Amino acid sequence: MHSPKRTARPVARELLFGNLWEYDAAPESSPAFIDASYGLFIGGKWVAPKTRKTFYSISPRNEEKLSEIALAGAADVDAAYQAAAKAFPAWSKLPGSERAKYLFRIARLLQDRAREFAVAETLDGGKPIKESRDFDLPMAAAHFFYHAGWADKLNYVTPGRVLEPLGVVGQVIPWNFPLLMLAWKLAPALATGNTVVIKPAETTSITALKFASILQDAGLPPGVINIVTGAGDTGAAVVNHPLAAKIAFTGSTAVGKSIQRALAGTGKRLTLELGGKAANIVFEDAPIDQAVEGIINGIFFNQGHVCCAGSRLLVQESIANQVLSKLKIRMKSLRTGDPLDKNTDVGAINSRAQLDRIHELVASGVAEGAELYQPVCELPHKGFYFPPTLFSKVSQSHRIARDEIFGPVLSILTFRTPEEAIEKANNTHYGLSAGVWTDKGSLILKMSNELKAGVVWANSYNKFDPSSPFGGYKESGFGREGGKQGLLDYAKLKATF
Amino acid sequence: MRLHITKTPKCYVGGSFIRSEGGRVAPLCDAKGTFFANIPLCTRKDLRNAVEAAAKAGPNWAGRSAYNRGQILYRLAEMLEARTPEMTEAILIGGGSRAKANREVVASIDRIVHYAGWTDKFPALLGSVNPVASSHFNFTVTEPMGIIGIIAPDDVPLLGLVSLVLPAITGGNSVVTLASNKQPYPAILLGEMLATSDLPGGVVNLLTGQRDELIPTFASHAHLRGVTAVADLVERQALQNGAADSVKRLKLIAVEDPMDWYSESAQGLYEIRDHLELKTTWHPIGG
Repeated sequence: MHSPKRTARPVARELLFGNLWEYDAAPESSPAFIDASYGLFIGGKWVAPKTRKTFYSISPRNEEKLSEIALAGAADVDAAYQAAAKAFPAWSKLPGSERAKYLFRIARLLQDRAREFAVAETLDGGKPIKESRDFDLPMAAAHFFYHAGWADKLNYVTPGRVLEPLGVVGQVIPWNFPLLMLAWKLAPALATGNTVVIKPAETTSITALKFASILQDAGLPPGVINIVTGAGDTGAAVVNHPLAAKIAFTGSTAVGKSIQRALAGTGKRLTLELGGKAANIVFEDAPIDQAVEGIINGIFFNQGHVCCAGSRLLVQESIANQVLSKLKIRMKSLRTGDPLDKNTDVGAINSRAQLDRIHELVASGVAEGAELYQPVCELPHKGFYFPPTLFSKVSQSHRIARDEIFGPVLSILTFRTPEEAIEKANNTHYGLSAGVWTDKGSLILKMSNELKAGVVWANSYNKFDPSSPFGGYKESGFGREGGKQGLLDYAKLKATF
Repeated sequence: MRLHITKTPKCYVGGSFIRSEGGRVAPLCDAKGTFFANIPLCTRKDLRNAVEAAAKAGPNWAGRSAYNRGQILYRLAEMLEARTPEMTEAILIGGGSRAKANREVVASIDRIVHYAGWTDKFPALLGSVNPVASSHFNFTVTEPMGIIGIIAPDDVPLLGLVSLVLPAITGGNSVVTLASNKQPYPAILLGEMLATSDLPGGVVNLLTGQRDELIPTFASHAHLRGVTAVADLVERQALQNGAADSVKRLKLIAVEDPMDWYSESAQGLYEIRDHLELKTTWHPIGG
């Protein structure tokens, strides 16, 4: 007796064009207006750093120097906090309707100069121009516009309590969405009446510094927002300054933990938006082609430099081969290269250090026995690039399935039942986001219920909106950004009776 | 004259009455210095066992309907109301006037009733449907954090403990609680009431013991997703340092700050919120 022969599922069909239609280069030509050097923005003025030190911001696209940036030391950070503390009484007492107008102005001015900022973002950070143009900039402006409207409606947020500002807030943001993270941090802090000292990441300071000119054009009172630039030491000075009433940090889980420790006993408030290792779960009844697009977007958006990237693909066993072959075909049509080219899908890796980390983790995947696939693509000779990468035959114990890679690297695992998918998806210290693909509504709600993650995308992935709270469970941090819920993280509650 | 039967105080863990696995006790004397009873000195192992019991009980409790949870909490108030004189005596062991002790019991009962009415209301007030710009249905719901460690204040031994435990379990969490060090007996007695309240065993676990022995484990136990504590500066530092290893949620109330446990502002929606996670789900709208 032999078992009945299993009919192979049809493999995905592929249209083969070879190299008949090559793309022409389509570089974005708008100017970015990046200054040759930038000081620190403290008390509404540009000041030279007391350290007398600077560092260069280079473009990961070709490793060329873009600008010379001031390096803020402890004395500079102190000056920024003093300016913010001085600005706080007037700013916090300003009627909400007036604070709102400043935020509306900022949103509008950012929209006016969106293309210029998008080009600067792409040059400095390496993300494709189509993403900075169509996602980062519109979304950053939307965050200011959304929170502007809250400033005079804070009494509607918490029934039985009123929101009061905390004071000076110290904020440290990452390099993956430089201006958008700045907007996520500044808009709610300002709407609730706080003043701010903010530090952008050292590889992506330029759009934050350009943003200072928008604050000046908007007539924002001096000291309400102070921008200090530098690396880890500057960040530590921001976190540890005694005038900080609250610290808001977005970045790696390791640094988040060290900040939580550093604040022990200080009474400072803290919100953390940390790493992730999101599961993107595809059931056999899912709309496969839409799911494939969602998987591609989930992991290759912004070169995978996304804390909520769908880096662990969990596919139901019955459709694993089909999904894998469709993914490989789809990956072949991704264009990796110059981020300033309007046709580029996957741009430059943000820094050499990050590129090295991706290389190291991908090497570990190969060494641990996972099967690597990369489409053939020619990468630019200068700059930091890594091709879209897919690993199949991944087990849960592999490092590529456990560690946050923060790069364009997808690991594929399989499951048989929803329970197994939940167990595997939750088998991580992280809990930021998850994706679920199925046509069955009740299964979506069951999965959403059981997944330990702050954001669940059903039949979609990597969607964001200022009205939608974002933040994690477990070691992905605490606090929410966006929505009415996010406002509470920038205010203390006072009883109204 | 008949010699009365004294009660051996036991801790309420996993729905059972236990003595510390370490076998240690501390004598408890009343305000006049007369021996009252031996109180268990729970160990780190007891705390870990309690966390295990809470983990077993958690999903069932969180999965019950809000209406059912509300009725069970109300039942707890019924149990306490019926034994008001006994609980008043338990508080009087620590000294003070009978009127004051009675006031604390009554306030504790009212606090439980307050939270019993919240179970089916807080999700509507804290969640939201979010008007995103893209074509998606987007909503935010609350979920319990999981297991919460609670370190109760030394004074106001019943009302302080009830004020910290109730918002956590109202939100669907299970808790592991360290009772007042100075006046542990009201917590011992509360355990007996919890046992007859229909609250599933393991949802509330009450330990007695030394704060300095147990706080490091409260801080570092990775399965405790949050810790709410009334603590002094040294304790707060220890809790935050240990909590960082697992990015634990902390609600720290400084023992040196004046706190009016009787005030209406010591209860309510935002105390429940302190023990919740927010989850946002997106789904496309279309055919």
